[in-house]
Amino acid sequence: MSTITDTGPVPATRDERGEPVKKRREGANVWLSLLAWVVGILFVLPVVWMVLTSFHSEANAAKNPPAVFAPLTLEGYREFFTGGASPWPPLLNSLTASIVSTALVLLLAIPAAYALSIKPVRKWTDVLFFFLSTKMLPVVAGLLPLYLFAQNTGLLDNIWLLIVFYTSMNLPIAVWMMRSFLSEVPVEMLEAAQMDGANLTKTLRSVIAPVVMPGIAATALICFIFSWNELLFARVLTATVAETAPVFLTSFVTSQGLFLAQLCAAAFVVSLPVLIAGFAAQDKLVQGLSLGSVK
Amino acid sequence: MTSVAEQTRAGTAGVARPGAARRASGWARRAPLLPALIFMIVVTQLPFVATLVISFMDWNAYYPDERGFAGVDNFVRVFTDVNMRDAVWTTILLTAGVVLISLLLGLGIALLLDRKFAGRGAVRTMMIAPFLVVPVAAALLWKHALYNPEYGLFNGVLTWIWGIFGADPPQPDWISNMPLWSVIFALVWQWTPFMMLILLAGLQGRPLDVIEAARIDGANNWQIFRSMTLPHLRQYLELGALLGSIYIVQNFDAVFTITSGGLGTANLPYTIYTIFYNAHDYGRASAAAVIVVLGTIIIATFALRTVSSLFREDAGR
Repeated sequence: MSTITDTGPVPATRDERGEPVKKRREGANVWLSLLAWVVGILFVLPVVWMVLTSFHSEANAAKNPPAVFAPLTLEGYREFFTGGASPWPPLLNSLTASIVSTALVLLLAIPAAYALSIKPVRKWTDVLFFFLSTKMLPVVAGLLPLYLFAQNTGLLDNIWLLIVFYTSMNLPIAVWMMRSFLSEVPVEMLEAAQMDGANLTKTLRSVIAPVVMPGIAATALICFIFSWNELLFARVLTATVAETAPVFLTSFVTSQGLFLAQLCAAAFVVSLPVLIAGFAAQDKLVQGLSLGSVK
Repeated sequence: MTSVAEQTRAGTAGVARPGAARRASGWARRAPLLPALIFMIVVTQLPFVATLVISFMDWNAYYPDERGFAGVDNFVRVFTDVNMRDAVWTTILLTAGVVLISLLLGLGIALLLDRKFAGRGAVRTMMIAPFLVVPVAAALLWKHALYNPEYGLFNGVLTWIWGIFGADPPQPDWISNMPLWSVIFALVWQWTPFMMLILLAGLQGRPLDVIEAARIDGANNWQIFRSMTLPHLRQYLELGALLGSIYIVQNFDAVFTITSGGLGTANLPYTIYTIFYNAHDYGRASAAAVIVVLGTIIIATFALRTVSSLFREDAGR
């Protein structure tokens, strides 16, 4: 527990463990492995189908039975980017809202987590649970006052309103995660630093920062994904100017005619940042989603 | 799970600080916490106070002149509204259905992946993919590319299989035939990876030596699973169920996209959204929100007790 290591998908202990089992039941194992593969393929299939369809022509995308081996084309993407309203403003809005709110969340959460773990305030558990409890209240109940507030202050359709809301949406998660990561900093190291006469800045920089950096990355990833995905508030609080990518996608909810390739292209483009970030940091995803409790 | 010794360490360190400097150091300790705390109170608690006030008002944006105090009228209307009662029921079914099914599937898949085999990393990566599709995009994908009766993949595969035997394929209209299940399946697809990841992390934290000892003592796989793996996984199952419920109870994207709340799939968030966004009945929407908040507080108190016991168990480890 003295250091955190970024646990890979297959921790070393597992290898030692797999061996005896493997010797014992070779036959059953083959079938179970096959089953694992089949299940994995079934789960990824809709995503693969989305990507494949996005590269088909509209006519081929709407074939029944499916035209799996139809020629590939960029028609769907061309239509999505240049066909109607440009998706670039919403994509940039989403990017702004997600990045700025994530930065704000870290700015607020890291000091708070420090005050809940390294130099804890009294009743720190109560504070921690207050943060979590705000996550349990249905967001829809705060929707109307926020809308009325925005309407009266002229903040409707303003990306900053979304940024503030996303910050509050992710702050509890970030506080929980960061607290769990900061508790990993070994006491001995803090005491040693203090004895060496290191001041707060120095302690933060050379003792705490190296240990919690992976944790900060995990927290940022989760906050980014949740902000990027959010639909309900973005739909109510934005219109044409501050519209985000998920809101832009809702124009496909009731589309008619041949639009499947374009829809798949749109869905893929909007999901791409999350897919890239998520695959690049699979383990951080687990830590983040479990509020830092699963390492 | 969490680091634990630290928790106790941190807990005692706060109390043990002696003497006169204590009050000053108390504020020094609190200072870093305050910005986040104040921000949260302002952004999340004040709106609820406003909601509470509006819930006692007669306020419809379509009739701005009739704004005034309404007493408990809005609450009476919410309680006697059939749609609201249906929405409560739908929310329970939707949440319970998605959480239970994805938890069971996630457990099965986590057990499958908790073994060494060729391509394990690849299968794990494939499993995570559904969770990384933006929820609206996933819902659109299921609605149009999979469920569509004419060109959706499901009916396409049916046509293809039946075609092999030269028979007339069934072409069900999935969403109309089973609207709630359509939403549930799409959500199960997205949430199973989440449950799987948490349970897999739990499985990998099992004490291996004890299991090996049990195996040497002649325990079979089922016995080991029943009396060792499952009890160990309990807290991870609870964590998955709790976090899953928090997110799925609030689901708006899938209901809005796949069925637009039609055919008996309108859950509470969607219903309140329509009262507010389409009917512009602010008073009634707020009353509904207040009732939902009260209901959530009751459930959340219970849930929070579970979480805190989870983390306490942890502390005892």
